[in-house]
Amino acid sequence: MAQQNNNYQHIAAERFRFVQQNEKLHDKELKTKPIGYFKDAWMRFKKNKASVVAAVILLLIVLYAIIVPWVSIFKIGDADAKYAKVLPKLELGGIKIFSGASNMSLNEKYYALIHGIGLGAEDPNGDRTDYTWEAAENAEHNPIVAVHGIITSGVGAGATKSTYRCSVDSYDYIGFEYLNVTPKRLAAIQEYEKETGKKVIYPMIDIFSEDCGDASDADLWYKSNAKLQPLDEDGKALKTLDDIKAAGYTPNYLYKDGELQYQLQRDPNTIQIRVLYCNYYEYVTGHQPVFTFGADGSGYDIATRMAYGLRTSLVLSFGVAAVCFIFGAMYGAIEGYYGGWVDMLLERIVDILWRMPLYIIVTLFQMHLVNTGKASVLGGLLLAFCVTGWIGTASVVRTQFYRFKNQEYILAARTLGAGDFRLMFRHIFPNAIGTVITSSVFAIPGIITSESTFSYLGIVNFNSATSVSLGTMMSDGQKYLQYQPHILLIPAAVIAVMMIAFNLFGNGLRDAFNPSLRGADE
Amino acid sequence: MRTFKYIIKRLIFLIITFFIIMTITFCLIKTLQTEIPLGKDGQVEMDRRIALGWDKPIMTQYGIYLRNIFTKWDWGTSFKVQYMQPVWNVLFDRMPATIMVNVLAIAIGLPFGIILGIIAAIKKNTIWDQIISVVIVIFISVPSFVLAFFLQYFVGFKLQWFPIIMSSVYEAGGMWTWKMIYSVMLPILASAFYEIAYFARTVRAELTEALTSDYMLLARTKGLTKGKAIVRHALKNAMVPILPVIIGTFLSVMSGSMVLEQIFAIPGVGSLTLSAMFQRDYDLFVGTSMFYTAFGLLAAILTDLSYGFLDPRIKMGER
Repeated sequence: MAQQNNNYQHIAAERFRFVQQNEKLHDKELKTKPIGYFKDAWMRFKKNKASVVAAVILLLIVLYAIIVPWVSIFKIGDADAKYAKVLPKLELGGIKIFSGASNMSLNEKYYALIHGIGLGAEDPNGDRTDYTWEAAENAEHNPIVAVHGIITSGVGAGATKSTYRCSVDSYDYIGFEYLNVTPKRLAAIQEYEKETGKKVIYPMIDIFSEDCGDASDADLWYKSNAKLQPLDEDGKALKTLDDIKAAGYTPNYLYKDGELQYQLQRDPNTIQIRVLYCNYYEYVTGHQPVFTFGADGSGYDIATRMAYGLRTSLVLSFGVAAVCFIFGAMYGAIEGYYGGWVDMLLERIVDILWRMPLYIIVTLFQMHLVNTGKASVLGGLLLAFCVTGWIGTASVVRTQFYRFKNQEYILAARTLGAGDFRLMFRHIFPNAIGTVITSSVFAIPGIITSESTFSYLGIVNFNSATSVSLGTMMSDGQKYLQYQPHILLIPAAVIAVMMIAFNLFGNGLRDAFNPSLRGADE
Repeated sequence: MRTFKYIIKRLIFLIITFFIIMTITFCLIKTLQTEIPLGKDGQVEMDRRIALGWDKPIMTQYGIYLRNIFTKWDWGTSFKVQYMQPVWNVLFDRMPATIMVNVLAIAIGLPFGIILGIIAAIKKNTIWDQIISVVIVIFISVPSFVLAFFLQYFVGFKLQWFPIIMSSVYEAGGMWTWKMIYSVMLPILASAFYEIAYFARTVRAELTEALTSDYMLLARTKGLTKGKAIVRHALKNAMVPILPVIIGTFLSVMSGSMVLEQIFAIPGVGSLTLSAMFQRDYDLFVGTSMFYTAFGLLAAILTDLSYGFLDPRIKMGER
């Protein structure tokens, strides 16, 4: 400061020059672009990192809901009860994200039974030479992925009983199934086998022999007694796993006149066959059974259904938000602009409607409109939400109108001859737009939560073959929470993430639009 | 005097609102078409309906309904959920379970919420504040029933700390026993988490405002330590707007949460409403609906009035 030159008296004359001698004086055009209301808001929104992340997550969820139903190999109504409750299976670039395997505790004979499925699958012609334990272990479709531990407990008289804690692939676990088909169907399957070279029909088991422990279990392709214990070649029961490991499996295929049988005539029109179910599934649907997020209790693909459920939620919430945005804005504008007895009357209507519990409205709409066939489930729900949904927007708009309607620029516009409508929507409403958008965005998570609650409770019933809601998926999954938690927890997690994202996004919008924060960057 | 007039005005309007909602619900329920079984059962059903006066015009039926309520406190009869039991008794029997779960949830939520809010406000813009804010956002956003599923799976099934559904009164040997409370810990937690977050957010916002106010500066200037100033001045003032919130929450306790009662098999008012709805027990449905409406209205009016009582700066009935 002290160094500053304060010697003004002796400045050399050549240091002066005329700024403009031959030019006209006029204002310079601004070089920068003007910043409008929305751009200003956007600039502030960008600074809020959490909100931006939330916006990206929301965008991803919306994209998921839009794209997945198009690209998915499943349609909304595709269900296969055999694959009900299978676990998520997803491989990306050779890395297993979801393995499709679950932990199971198996006793020795079931361990042997499930262990044998893979070997059976590699034996479509019944002509293998090695039915050993090792061969079964190395089979491609062996459902036992890994054995974590063996629990041995005594059962008295020196005998011990072992339980194997294994990781079992829920897809291969399905194994073989018996099917009753018509001759025509059988011919079609055989035609498919010839064309693709894939084996669907596997050798029939001699279910009438004494060595078949359970005639209804198609996985039991080896000799076993009624206790399902495997038998060795001489018909002796193999009681422990060590015995089974030493002796291997002994096939129990059906031979007729020395020839291996692939079918069993039940009556002139029904033929029983034994199929490897994953190949049969491929024959029926044309694609491999891979359920990215697993399948639910009825065998629907969760990934696809969830996209449809998200569509339901998003369509509903955006629809309600849009209707309520328009109606609420008009209602609030009329209330706030005219004031007096109009406001009084309209506010009383709001008070009454607002105090009406939402579940009553939804129930009555469902009973009156949907059950009588006057509206679709989604339509009835949309109408019910619209009955009270606009109130928040209306009150926000009303407050803003009270704030702005007595300001000078309104008086000026009125003096210039602007009509009521023009004053309301051209001059006052733009002031409220930020707050109204924010309140609409905040309304969306509430609508989604309510919708999933009502469909979870069964107040709203979506027809499962044509439409679905996340709430319906959760109520279905709750039955299986203990052993197949993915059916419930995946939709629940998606809802949770979506709600958090919506709230963070809404917070960001509010801060961005809130004029009181203008210029107050920390 | 003005306050008194305002309260009377509010109460009158509350009663009018209540009756309008009751009329709407009653009429819409009564206009529903219900199936009548064929044959002999159909005749019995028809006789029953005529005996109940269902053949009269709806407004006449409503008049009878109102008369019964005013003269005999008779809210109708449940025919499906509990055969031939008065609606009021059915409703009354279900209240203890709902009240227990919600009172305990608030009992947990309130202290934790306030403490977290105070910590967040005092340590504003530190790591503590940020952690608490994240927790608040998560628990405010995630719907309590979604939270309930996670609790049921991870705490109930995996850790096995608490039972996954409520045990029966008979089994536990009484409503207010430790065993009973232990068995409803999961639903209590599911709703307590939301309340913790909600109270924490409110306290944080109010206390932050109070801490930056002029009287705090004065308090420090006149020689109070920071802690003393916070306890004596900031907290006291910050609590004024929070108390009405607490009162409102306490009243809404009664209405409870339908979905949590459904998930955890709590025999409360919520699950009663659902069974009335699914079994088409119309008198009971109107009864439970009015129960919910009444508590909603009461909570709203008490919240509004308590603002005026607690803070003399707010004058009630002022235009």
